[in-house]
Amino acid sequence: MAGKDELIKRTKIEIAKTPEGIEGPGFFATKVDEVIGVARANSLWPLPFATSCCGIEFMATMASHYDLARFGMERLSFSPRQADLLMVMGTIAKKMGPTLRQVYEQMAEPRWVLCVGACASSGGIFDTYSVLQGIDRIIPVDVYVPGCPPRPEQIIDGILKIQELAKNESGRRRNSPEYKRLLQSYGIE
Amino acid sequence: MSKETLDLVHQKLNEHVHGAIISAELNFNFPSFTVQHDRVHAVLKFLKEDADLNFHFLTDLTGMQTTDEKHLGVIYHLHNMQRNMRVRIKTFFDINKPEVPTATDLWDGANWMERETYDFFGVRFKGHPDLRRILNVDEMDIYPLRKEYPLEDQTRDDKDDYKFGR
Repeated sequence: MAGKDELIKRTKIEIAKTPEGIEGPGFFATKVDEVIGVARANSLWPLPFATSCCGIEFMATMASHYDLARFGMERLSFSPRQADLLMVMGTIAKKMGPTLRQVYEQMAEPRWVLCVGACASSGGIFDTYSVLQGIDRIIPVDVYVPGCPPRPEQIIDGILKIQELAKNESGRRRNSPEYKRLLQSYGIE
Repeated sequence: MSKETLDLVHQKLNEHVHGAIISAELNFNFPSFTVQHDRVHAVLKFLKEDADLNFHFLTDLTGMQTTDEKHLGVIYHLHNMQRNMRVRIKTFFDINKPEVPTATDLWDGANWMERETYDFFGVRFKGHPDLRRILNVDEMDIYPLRKEYPLEDQTRDDKDDYKFGR
């Protein structure tokens, strides 16, 4: 064991923290929610829905310099059916709205939505007849990242916030009446 | 070159399509004609099919609204690539009766451009095979580039005065 610890210290690798629990020789007891939370938070599969300049910032975030893979996001999922996290980056035109909603509806629970940039959050500078004034008008959003466009550091900060949500989410949340009401308010079954 | 084009086309149109031209002028060295809206199809047909003029390419077709807000217009840009001649045809009509004959029988490329003009200005092209919105959402009930409709999204509230202490 000492050899492994030594290696981790030398290479500056950070291993996900073990959840709180009772430890003894040969056993470790903790809550299921916490174990699942750690697992989910560190293996989110994001679906990038990149429509404009925020998408370019996302590409920088994903590339080697900022390296989003450090957070367990090595694999982008281009099918919504296998994705956990919907990253909406860029202006969403009203005509794109139904498509975005369909993508969200195809994702399996649990699913999170990260809304990157001013346009996706509120319409941004595009206060005009053709642009959706914020994606929260058609799908529920978990974390908003402000900026026009935000720097990769800000996008990573948003990702960390999503991980925090995933880590601390109760296993019952997705079946709770509050969550059902939230989806119903968006007309999603 | 442009002046020659203007004179040539003007003379030909006067000969073959009587009384259709309202005015002919050279704008920024670009020959442009204003024609009566019920004669515009005859003018376009002649410009395309005349062996000498041979404006075989429709560069652009778009709409506009006059500043008095009572008239709409349709503008055609034509190009003869063999002789490198360009010409602009404008036509204006009452906003309450926005009808012009389609140019799709002359140029297939007019199809989407006329749909776009219908989408944004509400110009009805008579005889168009499939006149429906092309860029905006199908449910839209306004013609957004007309001056009577506001540009901004009317449901947005984060720019209201009270949020800035006004």
